[in-house]
Amino acid sequence: MEKTTTDKFDQPDHMFVPKHMLLSEEEENELLVKYNISKKQLPCILVTDPAIKRLNPKIGDIIKIIRNSQTSPNSPYYRVVISGK
Amino acid sequence: MEEIIKKYKGIIPDALLDEINSNSDQLNRKQLEEVLEKTKAAYEFAKIQPGEAIGIITAESFGEPGTQMILRTFHFAGVAELNVSLGLPRLIEIFDARKTIKTPSMEIHLKKECNNDVDKVKKIAAIIKQTRFQELVSEFSINLAKMQVEALLKKKKIREIGITPVTIIKILQETLKSCIVKSDGDKIILKTKVENSELTEIYKLKEKAKTVFIKGIKGVTHVLPVKRGNEFIILTAGTNLKKVLQIKEIDQIKTTSNDIFEIAKVLGIEAARQAVINETTNVIKDQGLEIDIRHIMFISDVLTISGVFKGITRSGVTGEKESVLARASFETPIKHIINAALSGEKDELNSVIENVILNQPVPVGTGLPDLVAKMKDEENEK
Repeated sequence: MEKTTTDKFDQPDHMFVPKHMLLSEEEENELLVKYNISKKQLPCILVTDPAIKRLNPKIGDIIKIIRNSQTSPNSPYYRVVISGK
Repeated sequence: MEEIIKKYKGIIPDALLDEINSNSDQLNRKQLEEVLEKTKAAYEFAKIQPGEAIGIITAESFGEPGTQMILRTFHFAGVAELNVSLGLPRLIEIFDARKTIKTPSMEIHLKKECNNDVDKVKKIAAIIKQTRFQELVSEFSINLAKMQVEALLKKKKIREIGITPVTIIKILQETLKSCIVKSDGDKIILKTKVENSELTEIYKLKEKAKTVFIKGIKGVTHVLPVKRGNEFIILTAGTNLKKVLQIKEIDQIKTTSNDIFEIAKVLGIEAARQAVINETTNVIKDQGLEIDIRHIMFISDVLTISGVFKGITRSGVTGEKESVLARASFETPIKHIINAALSGEKDELNSVIENVILNQPVPVGTGLPDLVAKMKDEENEK
């Protein structure tokens, strides 16, 4: 019984955790061209981050985050996956 | 009516749309359209232009209300509530990303089945609270004749938290491996394994036994069931979010902690960002002040940009700036300049502060655009 609760807990269903999505390679290129940036200039997220555990990300992937913003109708945020420490 | 509002979804923020929607019954179709159109124009106008010095505006927006906040707290903020640090000290704590905060606490929400039943809430609170051995003992004494520690148990308290003296003895024996634990009526007797041990050792044993962890969740020193609206929640002193989230009866979605490092570890960096926003907004609201949400969102973005929660200190965000002069202008200037000179660092003068130091136009506002010229041979190639 106890195990099921911990399993569920691996995927944070918390009101603080917004939706995280993995970008495909095409989408990545599209994004980098659109803003004329390199991956280095994006904000980061650790590979070990609990919120992206179930996406199985690799280092260098880009995660799209859809936040519930009070001030913006749709506010995608992007973070590039980096190695933890 | 709803259709017209729906059309503006994705153009105007949802919060504004909801507000318009709740007042829309006073308007006819044409008026509603006009309101939406004007809202859209106002929203577009409120967007920040490229090159706006938002960092400085944010700093000023926090600085001014900061002068009106409580500078130091000593007292309990209310009789029944737990002590929570507030005002400027708390704000500094958040922005400096202190590892150990002064008053760690959790707000535990319960599932619908039990958030109205006082007895159930009290039971869950008892599960969460940590109990050490000394809380279950009314009297410790050292018996010099037999060279042993005698602990008189509080029977009532033990019954309340729902354990038996037998389990206490078991736990004590497991944690204190170097001694023998026996029961003698209401008493628990602790003895060292070595014969004829010295008094100081017995004394040490007594002190060690006091802190033995018996039951509950480690770190949670106080629990307090409180009524909020029409449900009961549990406030705690001390946090252990990971353990608490594993309890079945609690609401995993709403339960939060005020330790942002803990949230970053358990729920991820995006949750930590949201926690910074919420904590900061609460501190400011408690003081009867108001800071625009956009400033707070900006600062929480900065604090979590590297994937780890980092404060505005010389070991955090400021210390990672690329420019030597920017780092030197914050704290310990001589150290930074000497180190930069020793390692032959180069300053590209890309940002604001280093250009202020050198009395040059700063890349902000109208100083931002550069003139880009097409070189001649590039044209010939085409």
